[in-house]
Formats: sequence, structure tokens, C-alpha cells
Amino acid sequence: MNATAQQLTESGGREAFDHWFDERFEQKMAEREANHIPKMTIIATKGTLDMAYPPFILASTAAALGWEVSIFFTFYGLSLLKKDLDLSISPLGNPAMPMKLPMGPQWLRKTELQIPNLLMAGLPGFEKVATGIMKKTMTDKGVAPIRELRELCLEADVNMIACQMTVDLFGWEQADFIPEISEWVGATSFLPIAQKADVNLFV
Amino acid sequence: MTTEAKATLDARGLNCPLPILRTKKALAALGSGDTLAVTSTDPGSVKDMESFCQQTGNEMVSSSQDGEAFKFVIRKQ
Repeated sequence: MNATAQQLTESGGREAFDHWFDERFEQKMAEREANHIPKMTIIATKGTLDMAYPPFILASTAAALGWEVSIFFTFYGLSLLKKDLDLSISPLGNPAMPMKLPMGPQWLRKTELQIPNLLMAGLPGFEKVATGIMKKTMTDKGVAPIRELRELCLEADVNMIACQMTVDLFGWEQADFIPEISEWVGATSFLPIAQKADVNLFV
Repeated sequence: MTTEAKATLDARGLNCPLPILRTKKALAALGSGDTLAVTSTDPGSVKDMESFCQQTGNEMVSSSQDGEAFKFVIRKQ
């Protein structure tokens, strides 16, 4: 207890001290809030083109807002850190994916093509075609390519953490991945970072 | 309006989150108190730009619509 508090307790009694404390507490809390840098951690577990977007969009946006961001890439998510970024979308088990053509007359572009999921998944070459269509649609709509979003994240100092176990599991080499990876670690090293974060996301 | 701003940014045709990221980059090159005029076409950028200013402490001087384009003037903190 400092001098002011002691004085207040002695002269004005408990009530005055409580009043002083409440005011001071509010002030300190507001100060703390104002100086707090928000932190976010994301666990990226998917390696398809469509699922590469959420972690990189959220991370780059948060970094633009001045947040500190770390992404833990594990399992198929580790593909997002490969030097040679060649991602595909998978129509299999993805019935919510709209099938629309990015070319042809307007009425055709707006039409959702009703292709059974089983056919999409089973037809050889369909994945390649669907990936091509998705990439064209994204370019036409001004959505950034994954490579660009990843570069923006790196420029903004987003902390890229790679799962060591995954590389060993899939028989990859660390040399296959971008050199900007800050650490090759396991869950034990990532969790303490996540514990301090205000926002934790699993993608 | 644009002639008053110290710098301009053309974010037309770009989609989320590119307008915000480019704005952040353009602001970084400016000094405190300088203004930046941004033009975008992404309808989501109206709310996003507002939120960006609130979070980063930069001041949204004006936000308006001109046909399909959205115009913002932001003053750097």
C-alpha cells in the first residue's frame, strides 16, 4: 500500500480508500488495454487450394491491424509452406462447392451446374479442371493468389511455425520448404504461444 | 478531394483482404498527419476500412460512394 492509500485509510476510512482504489483500478485497466497488442495463433491442417485461403487471409489481415500472428502448419497444412506451391481443390466430399463456369455468356456463368459429387470425384482429370476453373474465377474476382498472400504474411512478420513430426511422417525434406520458417517444432513448443494468444483458430 | 491527399491508392478490382493490406502498406510510407486517398470496388471494404481505422488508430476523414467505386480519405495517426 502506498502513501496515498495509507493516508486515505487513516483519515477517510474504508469508504474513501475503496473509492480511490476503484478509480485507480479502472485507470490501470484502461492503460493496460490500450497498450495490449492482440495476438492470434492459427493451426493450419489442410493442404488444398480452397483451404489455404482462410489461414493466410486471416493472418495477413490481422498483421495489417497490428496484431502479432503465428501459424502452426501441421499435417497437410505443411504443404502451404512448400517452395513449390502447387495446390489443388478436391471436389470429393465437397458438395457445397459451387460449380460455375468463369467463361461464356452471363446466364451460363450464373448457372450452378448440377454435377453429382460422386461423378466429380470419380471422373479422371476432373480435379485438374475444377482447380483450373477455381483459379480463373479467383483471378477474375480480384482474389489474391495464395503465393501472394503468403508473401504478404511474410512481409508483415507473420511467424511461420512448421511441425517437425509431419516432415518426418511424410518423408519430406526441410529443404523442400521456404527458408522463412521460423521454427521446426512440435505441439509442446506451439501450445505455450497459443496459451498467450487472444484468438486461437483451427483451420 | 484526391488532390488534397498526400498520396493515393487505387485498390479497384481487388478483393478482401488486399485493399486493407495495400492501405496499410501505403500508410506506412507516410508521415504522421498525412492523408491517403483510397479508391476500391469491393463492397466489403466499406466496413473493413472502418474497422481497420478503429483498430489501428488512424482517422477516417471521409468515406463516400461514387457509382461503383468507394472512396476513403484516411489520416495517419
